[in-house]
Amino acid sequence: MDIQGFAIQGFVAVVIGIIAFAVLAPVVGCLLAGVDRVLSARMQGRVGPPLLQPYYDVRKLFEKEGVTVNGVQDAYVICALIFAIIAGGIFFSGGNLLMCVFVITLSSLFFIIAAYSSRSPYAELGAARETLQVMSYEPMVLLFSVAFYMATAALLPFGGWGTFDVSAVFALDAPVIVCIWPVFLGLMFILTIKLRKSPFDLSMSHHAHQEIVRGMTTEMSGSTLGLVEILHWCENVLFLGWIGLFFVWGGPVTLIVGVVAALAAYFLEILIDNNFARVKWQFMLKSAWAVALVAGGINLAVLAFL
Amino acid sequence: MAYSGKSPWVIHYDGSSCNGCDIEVLATLCPGFDGERFGVVNTGNPKHADIFLVTGSVNEQNIDVVRQIYDQMVEPKVVVACGICACSGGIFHDCYNVIGGVDQAIPVDVYAPGCAVRPETLIDAIVAGVAVLDEKAEKLKSEKKGRA
Ligand code: SF4
Repeated sequence: MDIQGFAIQGFVAVVIGIIAFAVLAPVVGCLLAGVDRVLSARMQGRVGPPLLQPYYDVRKLFEKEGVTVNGVQDAYVICALIFAIIAGGIFFSGGNLLMCVFVITLSSLFFIIAAYSSRSPYAELGAARETLQVMSYEPMVLLFSVAFYMATAALLPFGGWGTFDVSAVFALDAPVIVCIWPVFLGLMFILTIKLRKSPFDLSMSHHAHQEIVRGMTTEMSGSTLGLVEILHWCENVLFLGWIGLFFVWGGPVTLIVGVVAALAAYFLEILIDNNFARVKWQFMLKSAWAVALVAGGINLAVLAFL
Repeated sequence: MAYSGKSPWVIHYDGSSCNGCDIEVLATLCPGFDGERFGVVNTGNPKHADIFLVTGSVNEQNIDVVRQIYDQMVEPKVVVACGICACSGGIFHDCYNVIGGVDQAIPVDVYAPGCAVRPETLIDAIVAGVAVLDEKAEKLKSEKKGRA
């Protein structure tokens, strides 16, 4: 096939991926959120809500009267959701990992602007903290995609050139974790920030007792808040996909290993969420950068020079 | 079918109570009574809340605050007066600055008596509030349909 044919094929795959992600990710993400709440309750010695509670919550939010401080905020939130879905589509259709990372960052930026646009001091505080969170995790995320490229270069049978294409994992002789496990640990560290779990849930906590009003979503109510919830479900599915990526190789059968690894990581995050209180942003920024530098930097240096 | 009743998020405001009822409200939200079984989530943001739990009576100082919080809540919304002070002014009813129960400031849907109000009474009151919430949600829905 000529180059143009490849390009069209790749584009069609991404479009199909985006549509599939838009349909499936909210369902999977909703169930994951439900599992999170039930597990958290059990860890606290409670019965907890029904599994579908996040679904009920969002349905309720869409039932609420529409009051919004300004129309722009809704537009930004919708943009954030759309870009999160595009990022997920790119990733799960086996597209370019670097592109996926950039698009999901764009989604985060839209969400930050949405919070700023309300002009509420509490939302602005949340937005400022979210900006710090993005600053904290972004170096590690970028190193992760570079490390993925170098790992494929080392592991692809025809050798020499690496690739950012997620679908390349199926051609590997071994999962990428074997040569970038320090990066995996680094990514696990910042996953807590990305999933907005304690101790790094600085911008918007799900727990009223440790939040200033409600952080970023202070001025979002009703259907806007419902969209934000759906946005988080999609994001969570994508981030767990990144975790799973480390464990897939050879053929599609190994996807099971990836899914199991992602679920184990999710369980670990819930455990961490329930056992730690929030930290100050200084600690978050310093520790996340230190982890990125040590785990990512050393790993990349080893891959590059050995 | 209305989903509002399945996910009643509450906000708690302490008027001029003696704090007895506040402690009971917090106890209700604690793991021991596990309000989350009914989908109850404690929020600190009136814009996210469906049920407004007020303890203590209203006085000249806090009547504006109570009204403000109520106005910021998004329809459908329900108010629960927690404790006899919130219902009628209670033991403080003839204090010089006390206006009376919460219903002097905002419309109250459920009255939960007791001094202090027991967590069991509160759970009953919230469940009763949930029924009112569903009713209001249905009404809002049919109004929306009527307009369309
Ligand atoms: S009802 Fe009793 S316990 Fe509750 S606030 Fe009034 S005096 Fe205190």
